[in-house]
Amino acid sequence: MIQFNPDDLTTLLPEIFLLGATFAILLVDLFIKPDRRDLTHWLSLAAIAVTAWFVWQGAPAAGASVPAFDGMFLRDGVSTVLKLFVLLTTALVFAYSRDYLRQRKLFVGEFYLLLLFATLGTMLLVSAGNLVTIFLGLELLTLSSYALVALNRDSPISAEAAIKYFVLGSLASGMLLYGMSMIYGATGSLDLATIQSAATSASPHRTLLAFGLVFLVIGATFKLGAAPFHMWLPDVYQGAPTSVTLFIGSVSKLGAFALAWRLLEGAMGGMSEHWTQMLALLAVVSLAVGNLFAIAQTNLKRMLAYSTISHVGFLLLGFVGGTPDGYAAAMFYMISYALMAAVAFGMIMLLARAGFEAEEIDDFKGLNRRNPWYAGVMAAAMFSLAGVPPLIGFFAKLMVLKAAIDAGQLWLAIVAIVFAIVGLYYYLRVVKVMYFDAPDDDAPLALPRDRGFRWTLSLNGIALLALGLAWGPLLDWCNEAMRVGSSIAP
Amino acid sequence: MITLAHFLTLGAALFCIAVAGIFINRKNVITLLMAIELMLLAVNTNFVAFSRWLGDPGGQVFVFFILTVAAAEAAIGLAILVVLFRNRATINVTEIDSMKG
Repeated sequence: MIQFNPDDLTTLLPEIFLLGATFAILLVDLFIKPDRRDLTHWLSLAAIAVTAWFVWQGAPAAGASVPAFDGMFLRDGVSTVLKLFVLLTTALVFAYSRDYLRQRKLFVGEFYLLLLFATLGTMLLVSAGNLVTIFLGLELLTLSSYALVALNRDSPISAEAAIKYFVLGSLASGMLLYGMSMIYGATGSLDLATIQSAATSASPHRTLLAFGLVFLVIGATFKLGAAPFHMWLPDVYQGAPTSVTLFIGSVSKLGAFALAWRLLEGAMGGMSEHWTQMLALLAVVSLAVGNLFAIAQTNLKRMLAYSTISHVGFLLLGFVGGTPDGYAAAMFYMISYALMAAVAFGMIMLLARAGFEAEEIDDFKGLNRRNPWYAGVMAAAMFSLAGVPPLIGFFAKLMVLKAAIDAGQLWLAIVAIVFAIVGLYYYLRVVKVMYFDAPDDDAPLALPRDRGFRWTLSLNGIALLALGLAWGPLLDWCNEAMRVGSSIAP
Repeated sequence: MITLAHFLTLGAALFCIAVAGIFINRKNVITLLMAIELMLLAVNTNFVAFSRWLGDPGGQVFVFFILTVAAAEAAIGLAILVVLFRNRATINVTEIDSMKG
């Protein structure tokens, strides 16, 4: 029997505030004139900032995990780190999107509201301590994302991307739920900590557990976008408006990481010898498919989609050991990937004009001659994605490779390095186009009026280098959070 | 006597029909939406059967949440379908292939 405890509401304060603020913004947006929509923009940013402050201010002490509502909701170190980065990347999406949306007549309140709801869903997913909360958080995130992909109602490719995303995303949710029902039947509980203590190889319902586990792995890697469950990813990245692609490539990836970690370690940690083998196989397939298909792309958004698949392959290397250090490396990887993706998609939005998407690699031709600073920012993103030191992407790759070697999977690390070298080719192609090809139009780049966008994008680019030079604190933070998070179970 | 195994077999059969419906179907998107609903109903059957077998009401509560989310999902799916039809004048699965590679 669940007893109501008023302190639980304090634990949930950031989520409750964000929900209240989203409803308030919904009402405000309803009554303002379309030309005053900047108000919605600033209110959304303010709501994100205050929520982040609540997350930071009420963070549990190191080593503690504060449960609320009988363990339905957990506030621990991992949730604090992930929530702060989820909120940060959401703020980046808002900061980058305003001019882009305005030029496409998409500068509507729905964009802000759906994004805020999706962020709320991600926060719930990140803090979930029960299969029900995982499901509800995930669906709030994905249902909002489906609608966001179709935001540009007059674009045939957006509609096509949305229907593909919807069908395959629902299939993944169905798989995940089917797995959850098996796990529930085998352990008799929906609570993750209870499932973790009941789900071991010594359980009398081993077959049922293993059966459910396979579906959980498929569902979680579907959401992450690991090959061979990646079919939706390139089409969605290409078809969605770039600001939505940025959201799906950063915020919802952080959410998908939390989903995989909560389910695989939080619930099924006792059977890690089974799922680590599956993940090792998926990592190899993702690395191969992602890197090899990316070479053939001429559309930059599609290329970045395949690059995401290869990055998910790297991320899974952190999982194969089944140790807190490995998960910390994977979390560090996902966070740095979100920051790198923000720069890359931000640059596409910087170059885009009304009626011109700047999504082909050729659109970046001779960018160095037109604007050396932003060519440098884009080069930093590409080098970082490729894993060239001293940018953050290199240290992220280094840590997951170390995790794979510590797990005794030396062959996996070698495969990953080989594919990282293959990947270098298509990232460097973008750099080559920017620095060595002649531009079609020699005029200096017309920068967007939105000064906040330009400054944030530059800062984001600098952050890739700064975090690459001083990556210790962020990694220590991830490590500390994971040691806390992994000690939920007795 | 109907046992747990019967319900699980029913659930598994419904789930397989749904997955087959998604992958084999080459005609129209509405069938895909129906297959997705069927998949969630298969899961619900499982949850209710396990809940009864375990004597734990938690599974039935989960079913209520799944039903609610399934309704929202169907609404969004149909809305996207309307957008697709207005843009392409078709809901034929084989014709939704402008993006490749």
